[in-house]
Amino acid sequence: MAERDTICALASGNLPSAIAMIRVSGPAVSELSYRLLGKHLVPRYATLAPLYGTDKEQIDEAVVTLFRGPASFTGEDVLEISIHGGPSIVEATLDTLCEHGRVRLAEPGEFTRRAVEAGKYDLVEAEAIADLIEASTEAQRRQALQQLRGVTSSVLEGWRKDLLESLALLEVAVDFPDEEDAPDYTHESIIERLEKLAASLSEVLSDTAIGEQVRDGFRVALVGEPNVGKSSLLNCLAGRDAAIVTDVPGTTRDAIDVRLNVGGYLVILTDTAGLRETVDPVEEEGVRRARRAAVDADIVLHIRAADRPSAFTDAAQWGGRTIDVLNKSDLGVDNVQSVSRETVQLSAKTNEGVDLLMGRLSIELASLASKAPPSVITRKRHRRALQSAQVSVNDALQGLRAGLGGELVSEDVRRAAQALTGLLGGIGVEEVLGEIFSSFCIGK
Amino acid sequence: MGLSFDVIVVGGGHAGCEAAAASARAGARTALITHNLETIGEMSCNPAIGGLGKGHLVREIDALDGIMARVADQAGIQFRMLNRSKGPAVWGPRAQIDRSLYRAAMQAELKKIENLELFAEAVEDLISAEDGSVRGVICASGAEYYATAVVITTGTFLKGVIHRGEERIPAGRVGEAPAIALSDRLYGMGLPMGRLKTGTPARLDATTIDWDVCEMQPADDEPIPFSFLTPQIDVPQISCGITYTNEKTHQIIAENLERSSVYSGAIAGRGPRYCPSIEDKIKRFADKSRHQIFLEPEGLEDDTVYPNGISTSLPEDVQAGFIRTIQGLEEVRIKQFGYAIEYDYVDPRALTSTLTVKGAKGLYLAGQINGTTGYEEAAAQGLVAGANAACEALDRPSITFDRAEAYIGVMIDDLVTRGVTEPYRMFTSRAEYRLALRSDNADQRLTLKGESVGLVGPERAAVFHVKHSTLQNARTELDSRTLTPKDASAQGWSVNQDGRRRSAMDYLAYPDIDIATVRAAFPDLPHWGEDIDRQVAIDAQYAGYIERQASEVAAMRRDESLKIPSTIDYGLVGGLSNEARSKLELARPETIGQASRIEGMTPGAITAVLGYIRQVGHRRSRRG
Repeated sequence: MAERDTICALASGNLPSAIAMIRVSGPAVSELSYRLLGKHLVPRYATLAPLYGTDKEQIDEAVVTLFRGPASFTGEDVLEISIHGGPSIVEATLDTLCEHGRVRLAEPGEFTRRAVEAGKYDLVEAEAIADLIEASTEAQRRQALQQLRGVTSSVLEGWRKDLLESLALLEVAVDFPDEEDAPDYTHESIIERLEKLAASLSEVLSDTAIGEQVRDGFRVALVGEPNVGKSSLLNCLAGRDAAIVTDVPGTTRDAIDVRLNVGGYLVILTDTAGLRETVDPVEEEGVRRARRAAVDADIVLHIRAADRPSAFTDAAQWGGRTIDVLNKSDLGVDNVQSVSRETVQLSAKTNEGVDLLMGRLSIELASLASKAPPSVITRKRHRRALQSAQVSVNDALQGLRAGLGGELVSEDVRRAAQALTGLLGGIGVEEVLGEIFSSFCIGK
Repeated sequence: MGLSFDVIVVGGGHAGCEAAAASARAGARTALITHNLETIGEMSCNPAIGGLGKGHLVREIDALDGIMARVADQAGIQFRMLNRSKGPAVWGPRAQIDRSLYRAAMQAELKKIENLELFAEAVEDLISAEDGSVRGVICASGAEYYATAVVITTGTFLKGVIHRGEERIPAGRVGEAPAIALSDRLYGMGLPMGRLKTGTPARLDATTIDWDVCEMQPADDEPIPFSFLTPQIDVPQISCGITYTNEKTHQIIAENLERSSVYSGAIAGRGPRYCPSIEDKIKRFADKSRHQIFLEPEGLEDDTVYPNGISTSLPEDVQAGFIRTIQGLEEVRIKQFGYAIEYDYVDPRALTSTLTVKGAKGLYLAGQINGTTGYEEAAAQGLVAGANAACEALDRPSITFDRAEAYIGVMIDDLVTRGVTEPYRMFTSRAEYRLALRSDNADQRLTLKGESVGLVGPERAAVFHVKHSTLQNARTELDSRTLTPKDASAQGWSVNQDGRRRSAMDYLAYPDIDIATVRAAFPDLPHWGEDIDRQVAIDAQYAGYIERQASEVAAMRRDESLKIPSTIDYGLVGGLSNEARSKLELARPETIGQASRIEGMTPGAITAVLGYIRQVGHRRSRRG
């Protein structure tokens, strides 16, 4: 009997967090822990050890605990890896784990399922957890589907159709060779469909749009000349003293990031060095980074001060949308700066007008989110599924071009369909047969 | 008091014959009771056995020492291996059958079997004990027969009604009375039942067909037998004719559509999508200007021709009219008109995977009564039901096959977990592990298992073991001979220069390396004979794919090993949606694997069931 897969997943909550816990369960655990940590672990002892990626580069310092089956959550060997809760650390760790041939990301509820299969739960516990899993998988599935249906139903429908028709063409040739109406094993039309599918898969896989941005945050940069109050505004928005504020122009030398919730969107607000000509090499680097931040930002807050005219601006070169902000409105100075209807006037000192800025920002974010191209990928599991479907579709195409038998190509197409089951729902035999009988006149 | 047996089989069709033979082979004293001994082994519909998926079933029946393959080898008059241009996994052995040769060979085969007695009686009712278990049958004559287990294989005879135009004739087959009392009895037992329909074309007089204007399709030059025991086919081989409908044909049918029983609404039962009547084809595929018809002779000495492709329930005058528009059939004499037949079937979800009725101990159902179509599907079920009836009577463990083992397993699992919405027919696409479930390796997959449960006789066992051990040797030899990529290139083979040493078996998987090429590189390889050479080459070709599926198979088997108690009350399982609960109630799956294959089942629902089983198990063990 073949060994069962070893599964891994983030077991703790949303990232970033102080600590993240990744759980690994299955027969490959011992081998994996040695590979990751370079040493053998004593079961049930928390061990502090550097964690290495596949390229032998250290990922993080981790606290790891090995539980030998059956005395573990799932009844199998289990490794719990506690690392710092940065998304990139978690991702690198999961990637390293999954590079092992027998390890894959867990399906929702799979750890619990294994635990139940191993008889780890009794009575009421099992029932309660069963309820819980039902709810979470259903919600996840529905949530994913709703999201997907809303924005990308046409993409998914297209994939489904391409897969179903390819399978039907392959299967009709296999199962009904004596039928006059059954098309020959017509490579060309199957290749055409599969190429279309491969193209849309790679398009979707290369897209970095809204789904992941909504999760990872929009970038908003505070940009302007020195001493217009960028850092004061950052502190004001953050509600804490994140940046050093002085009257000395050029205090901010490096970009500072603060995470904010603006109208339900995660925003990474970046304070930058003031833009001016300078001979100080450190400040010069700061200015270069400020320009970079302005170019990379989804939204630029262009800050000007009400009490003096601006001499230095290169707003035209900035990538994203710009909100014109006039700070220091509390000084009551008029006619020094030009003001349009779009200009947000505020005082970081008295907080007056800051709510106007927040309002404008959330409108801009909402419009960004709605205008971004639809994204199919909102979860890592989906990305993995799409990637493995892509591999299978390419295998099928390669087989077709090499003149491989339809029954073999069909295996690859079936695998692709299987990989996408979580996104599309399963494509069952009955559906393939249905497609065959409605498209071809079968029945001699 | 009547006669007493271990097992009674009711019905002498393809399911009944195989059930009776399997039961007797397994060592049970068996009675086959059918209304007419002369029609045992009758082919009621098209005169052919095998095809894609179906041919696989025949080979599996043979691997378990069943009789269909050997009988077909004595009666096949046009052997063809379908899909020869594709890989061997999807080759489908098929043969046109001489109906009278088949009947005669089948009857002779049954008479040879020890432990088996044949009785000509019409079974009317079942004898049940108070606990609901079935103990025997009562016949129209009043005679009673007793047994520990009864296998019912009544085909289309349960309240069968023939439809042709406006005609309605109660019948199981043309000219034979239907079984009405028995159907009432099954209804009375509370079994979930429904109606299905199927159709058959007119039969034509071969002497009135103008064969010269038809295309002819010959048999294979070297007919390949169905049975692993048949060395060669001795029956003379013939050709079939091919002709086509035309626009005139379509016009007549279209003008008379409302006179067809199906379109007039007289038939409620659902027909098969893969075997549509000519009315259906013309209505649904109106853009097609012609449909192919195979003219299949029903025997060497028989001048009846079965025109495959034009089954119909149109009235006789319309049938005669449209048939005579067809090229080659302008002057044809019609021997018997086509018809649709509607019959009762039992929802197979009422059965377990041994084909016993849940809650009715000792009662087994096999064949068309379970909603299938086809001789091969019927025979395969007959074998499983007969063998398990014998096991029950002899107090031995039951015999089942899983989806990774056999098409038989795929079919029975489909039936008992998903039920049917149209007559169920086997296709290779139903078998997810079809690269492993090939017609060439049916014996290697099943004969050993069949032997271990007493289904395989000494003759087959002897032949099998010689082949099996030769194959083992061949594989060992080929595994032990290795070449580096460099040496392989020196042989002129184009292989990946990755430095990986590969075995001769590995190299055999390469499309341009065959066994002769391998032998040239390893001249000391022993000679095992052509059969074995061919077999190892096929095994090598699929080895990679089969290995890739191994983890899927393991996962499937793990789920199959998780049994659900037959007494489970889904009302007590927490966390189930109403939809999931009602689907589970209907199918009452035997294992977690079966449960997961019920349409629309969610992982959450499965986990809930699992949790509940553990909980109950715990409680039991605590009490115990």
